[in-house]
Amino acid sequence: MFDLAGYGQQIFSGTMTTIELSVLSLILSFIIGLLGASAKLAKSRVLRGMSTVYTTLIRGVPDLVLMLLIFYSLQIWLNDFSDYLDSLQNSIDFEFPLDPFTSGVITLGFIYGAYFTETFRGAFLAVPKGQLEAARAFGMRPMLVFRRILFPQMMRYALPGIGNNWQVILKATALVSLIGLSDVVKAAQAAGEATFRTFFFISVAGLVYLVLTVISNGVLMFLQRKYAVGVRKAAL
Amino acid sequence: MIGIIQTYWQALLYSDGYRMTGLAMTLWLLVISCGIGFCLAVPLAVLRNARSPLLWFPVWLYTFLFRGTPLYVQLLLIYTGIYGLDFIHNTAPFNEFFRQGLNCTILSFALNTGAYTTEIFAGSIKETSHGEVDAGLAMGMSRFTLYRRIIIPSALRRALPVYSNEVILMLHATTLAFTATVPDILKVANDAYSATYDPFDCFGVAALIYLCVSFGLIFLFRRAERHFLAYLSP
Repeated sequence: MFDLAGYGQQIFSGTMTTIELSVLSLILSFIIGLLGASAKLAKSRVLRGMSTVYTTLIRGVPDLVLMLLIFYSLQIWLNDFSDYLDSLQNSIDFEFPLDPFTSGVITLGFIYGAYFTETFRGAFLAVPKGQLEAARAFGMRPMLVFRRILFPQMMRYALPGIGNNWQVILKATALVSLIGLSDVVKAAQAAGEATFRTFFFISVAGLVYLVLTVISNGVLMFLQRKYAVGVRKAAL
Repeated sequence: MIGIIQTYWQALLYSDGYRMTGLAMTLWLLVISCGIGFCLAVPLAVLRNARSPLLWFPVWLYTFLFRGTPLYVQLLLIYTGIYGLDFIHNTAPFNEFFRQGLNCTILSFALNTGAYTTEIFAGSIKETSHGEVDAGLAMGMSRFTLYRRIIIPSALRRALPVYSNEVILMLHATTLAFTATVPDILKVANDAYSATYDPFDCFGVAALIYLCVSFGLIFLFRRAERHFLAYLSP
């Protein structure tokens, strides 16, 4: 019954690609989210305006449209840029080739960075002001305040949002097979077409996603308990 | 960009001359899948909160399966997977149904949004304040009347802000229809891209249309919230 007809290796490497892609885009969007949230809460009006435009535009447009838009345009822009560099000086031939994996990571990171920005903005606001004032009164530098005071407390409020975003990113990686990356969906489709058992192989791909979802749920519950250390729960 | 709009505005908005395309198709997909999903979700949400495991377990399994896998995989499973089964191929009505890309798309979208909506409504039913239920019981309502008059209307109202999010996400998910050859906005934009090789302008126009629809939906839901949740406002 569970006969992969020799396609097990391909599906496994596709699964690995899916996991790598989601983890790397999670990291990238995490960083963009932290920067975006800081910009949204900054004093400068320009920074606030830019980050508001970023989150509004990205969250109002479907991720697939953005993915196609960025994926196809990014290479053209990079080519234009390298042509421009070439025209400046002729000795070195500039080239910026982009494989689907890199542009997939950049695209997903850029899109979900907007969602992370909103998550972190709420979490930053949830940390009591007194904590930050106390840190500053101790003479801590802004980076140290962020590392020692703001970040550990903010994570507790941000974790449910991060968990949701992670699940969405994990499922959004399925779309990357549409721009030519050989992830688990692509491998399953290829195997299904070759063996005329499409239903079976796509179910296998679905099963892979289910397992990943269950595992990440477990990890999230563990993290949530870790970051909630020292918080008293109301007895209901 | 102007050239693309001049050539494709009709196809992007309502028709390419033969059939419904573009914005009209996207809105139709959104309305029908959210409509079916809603009708599916209300009874399932009630069952999800039932005491007997025989009732809540199948519903939990359904939402777990459909929320744990990507919509693209579900669409592929229904569009290419099911049609590849011999049993479907040999039964005339099934063959007729699953041969159409549009039917498969609507089926998978409705099942997917139904799963998310079920969880939203179930959470909202669970949060019903016990005072409302006690009052209903004190009035001598039967269980059915209690659900019909008290629990479901109150739960649906409170679920509105979360449900509006789900509808916006569903609008974003309808873009997947183009992989099943349904001519929605993205399909027209993709055709324009194949004809012009100008990705930024073609997909940019599509992005602008989606942005407008998103804002329109947000505006409508804001008004609905002000109407239905007026009693909760400070």
